Amino acid sequence: MSLLEIENVTKTYDALTVLTDVSLLVETGEIIAIIGRSGSGKSTLLRCINGLESIQAGRIVIDGVEVNDPGTDLRKLRQQVGIVFQGFNLFPHLSVCRNITLAPTVTKGIAEADARELAREALVSVGLEDKIDAYPDQLSGGQQQRVAIARSLAMQPKLMLFDEITSALDPELTGEVLRVLEEMSRTGMTMVLVTHEMGFARRFGSRVVFMHEGRVWEQGPAADTLGKPKTKELETFLNAVLH
Amino acid sequence: MIREFGWIDVFYLVAAARWTIALTVAAFIGGGIVGVVMAVLRVSGIAPLRWFAFLYVQVVQGTPLLVLLFLFFFGLAIVGLPVLPWIAVALAFSVYGGAFLGEIWRGALQAIPKTQWEAGSALGLSFTEQLRYIIVPQAVRVAIPPTVGFLVQLIKNTSLAATIGFVELTREAQLTTASTFQPFAAYMIVALLYFLLCFPLTQWSRHLERKINVAA
Repeated sequence: MSLLEIENVTKTYDALTVLTDVSLLVETGEIIAIIGRSGSGKSTLLRCINGLESIQAGRIVIDGVEVNDPGTDLRKLRQQVGIVFQGFNLFPHLSVCRNITLAPTVTKGIAEADARELAREALVSVGLEDKIDAYPDQLSGGQQQRVAIARSLAMQPKLMLFDEITSALDPELTGEVLRVLEEMSRTGMTMVLVTHEMGFARRFGSRVVFMHEGRVWEQGPAADTLGKPKTKELETFLNAVLH
Repeated sequence: MIREFGWIDVFYLVAAARWTIALTVAAFIGGGIVGVVMAVLRVSGIAPLRWFAFLYVQVVQGTPLLVLLFLFFFGLAIVGLPVLPWIAVALAFSVYGGAFLGEIWRGALQAIPKTQWEAGSALGLSFTEQLRYIIVPQAVRVAIPPTVGFLVQLIKNTSLAATIGFVELTREAQLTTASTFQPFAAYMIVALLYFLLCFPLTQWSRHLERKINVAA
């Protein structure tokens, strides 16, 4: 059984079909890079995985639990599936420490003191332990995004989703966030990334999934798929982003 | 018998201002409870609850406060529920305050970006946990200046309670005028007392607004 099973998923907004018959299996420890031009449905797919968006047909199963089953406790499920957003979405009124400890203390009943230790460990893994008592607006964009990653990691998820997490950052800040991802990939974390960072996808992705017009158009091992695209559409896309 | 307007009248007016304050506090507490419920219903995920709160706010905001007062005082008596002026006034002001505060607080809740809710639910927090830990603490900052502004309106509007015989500041002035025939003196003092109640609040509201603008 795969950690994440996406079977024949279709997603529509009224008359607009965003995802058509999308299927994808992700094994534990895999790093999947989803690429494609904007509007191809990549972010929507990611948001369907943790139930932020509903689906109209098909199944999404995470570690044996069906996301779109009305009987599923989405809150429990989301504690195991971290997501990091393009816009960081830190809580501006809370310190870095509290941003990280809020969910563990509230949803898992972890004591404040233990939670602070948890936050410290999570911050060490993103290289920001000295910012534990800072507030989000005192941090750079790159640092904020690393805190957002730490916040998700502190929930000890089985699966991490990343939604274009470097797109809102300057190039020099992108590097520090990608280094955190590289570090995470060495710990064996299962990761699904929607990304425009082809270099990262090539070096660290175990697989690349190219989405086009709401479908999985082409997928395969990262280096092969990016090096020798089989479809015209992927070739066109790669030419556009690499030049 | 007509007597002179004297210090004793001033004293009575100041004493009556206590009831204006008491009524404002009661209205603010009652209205605040109704307002919190309405604001939360307006942002809830359940459509009929949103509609109900919307309808409540629209109906009450579209009704003169004076009509609400008469409705609770005379109306309830006619259907066999005679109520003390004090109760009728407290009820009417709670209903009225609830609609306006509900609308102010809804606006404050909705001023917080959707992505904040999303970040909360992605971490496994429930609707009420998101409200409590993420949305409300941020919305309070937005809500304080208009809430204080409404409080000032509320203080002045409690004068309408005079119409059903509730003896607060304005009603006391009517009584004083009746026995002294000195409406100008009486109402000047009443105006001054209302001003002394409201002015510190408006100043405080301006101060808060500046503080929040600097912080944001």
